[in-house]
Amino acid sequence: MILLERVTHRFGERTVLRDVSAALPERRVGVVGDNGSGKSTLARLLNGLVVPTAGRVLVDGLDTRQHGREIRRKVGFVFTDPDAQIVMPTVAEDVAFGLRRSGLPRPEVRARVHAALTAYGLADRADHPAYLLSGGEKQLLALASVLVTEPALLVCDEPTTLLDRRNAQRVVALLHELPQQVVLVTHHLDLLAGFERVLVLEDGRLVDDGPPEPVLAAYRERVG
Amino acid sequence: MTLVGLYVPGGSLLHRCPAGAKLAGLAVLVVVVLQLRTPAQVGLAALVVLLGFLVARVPGRVAIAQVRPLLWLGLAIGAWQLVLTGWERAVVVVGQLVVAVALAGLVTVTTRTSDLLDVLESVLRPLRRFGVDGTRVALVLALTVRAVPVLVRLAAEVRDAHRARGVVAGPRAFAVPLLVRTLRHADALGEALVARGLDD
Repeated sequence: MILLERVTHRFGERTVLRDVSAALPERRVGVVGDNGSGKSTLARLLNGLVVPTAGRVLVDGLDTRQHGREIRRKVGFVFTDPDAQIVMPTVAEDVAFGLRRSGLPRPEVRARVHAALTAYGLADRADHPAYLLSGGEKQLLALASVLVTEPALLVCDEPTTLLDRRNAQRVVALLHELPQQVVLVTHHLDLLAGFERVLVLEDGRLVDDGPPEPVLAAYRERVG
Repeated sequence: MTLVGLYVPGGSLLHRCPAGAKLAGLAVLVVVVLQLRTPAQVGLAALVVLLGFLVARVPGRVAIAQVRPLLWLGLAIGAWQLVLTGWERAVVVVGQLVVAVALAGLVTVTTRTSDLLDVLESVLRPLRRFGVDGTRVALVLALTVRAVPVLVRLAAEVRDAHRARGVVAGPRAFAVPLLVRTLRHADALGEALVARGLDD
C-alpha cells in the first residue's frame, strides 16, 4: 500500500508537486498528465529516488525518507530509456546483476535468470550483447532484470514511450499479468484500460482521481 | 559497428575452462611469447593460437577482428625494425605483438564478461584492507564495456541531428551536444543503479 501525505517537491525554484495526497491500495494504478506535470517525480517518490521537500511518502508503512534502501528492495522501477537501465554488457549478465547481492547460490541464480529470460521471450538471446537488441527487446530485458528480484511493487515511468505500438502492447500485456501492484506512468492512455484507478496531474497538482473510463474521458476533453 | 573482444557463445573446451585459469594461462603464455627469438618459434606460437581459435570454434571474421586494430601499428613497427635491425627481428617483434593480442582476444571471446569480473573481484579481495572495493571496481569495468555502444549511439544521434538540419558540423558543434547527451545519460544511469539496489 502506497500513501502520499501532503507531498510537495521543489527542484530549486521550480515546484513540481504541490500538496499531493493519496492512498493507493489498488493493484493497478495509472498516472497521466502533460509533460512537466510532475508525473516522473511522483514515480520517483515511490522508491525513494526522490525524497519530497515537504510531506511524506509511505510504502507498506515505511517512510521513504528513512528507509530508502529497504523500500528500493521492495519497489522495482522501470525507466523510459532501457539503455540507461541496462548496466551489464550481455543480456543474461544484466538479469543476474539484480541478484548479485541476493546471497543465492550460483545454480539458483542461473535458474532464476533462465526462468526470467524464458518468461520474457529472451531465452535465445541470453549471451547476446545488450546493444544488439531491438528497442522492444531492450525494454523487455529491463523489465526481466527488475522482476527477477521479485519486487512487491513495480513502478514504470513511461516504459512504452520509445516503443512502437506492437512492442508497447506487448510490454503492457506483461504488466497486466503480473501478480505485483503496478503503478504505470504513461502518455499512452489506451494502455490503461483494465486499470483500477487513474491519477491525473496538472502543473504538480492532483486534479482528477478515479476509475479510468470517466477520468480518461475528462482528461481527453481537457487536453483536446 | 563491431565491438572487438566480446563474448562469442559456445561450449568448447576453452569456453568451459574456468576464467581464472584462462587469465593465468594468458599471463604465462604472453611472457613465454615475449621470450621467443626466431621467426620459426613465433610461427609455431602463431599456429598454436590459431589452433586455439579453431578449438573454440570462433568464426574467422571474429578472430580477425581481434587483431585487425594492430594493422597500422604493426606495419609501422615492422618497417621501423626492418630499417634498424633486419627482417628477422621485424618478423619476430610484429609476430610477438600479433600473437599476444590474439591470445588475449581468444580469452575475451571465450569468457563471459561477468566471469572475468568475478575473477577480478576475487583477485582484488586482499586489497579490501586498503579500502579497494573489488565489487565496485568490477562494476566500473562492466559499465565501461556497456558504455561503448551507448556512446556510439549518442554520437550517431548528434550526427543525424546535424544532417537533418543540413549543417556540416565542426568539432565543437559535434562535441558540445555529445557531451550534454553523455552527461544526461550518466545521470539516468546513476538513477538506474540506485533503483536497482547498488547502494545496498
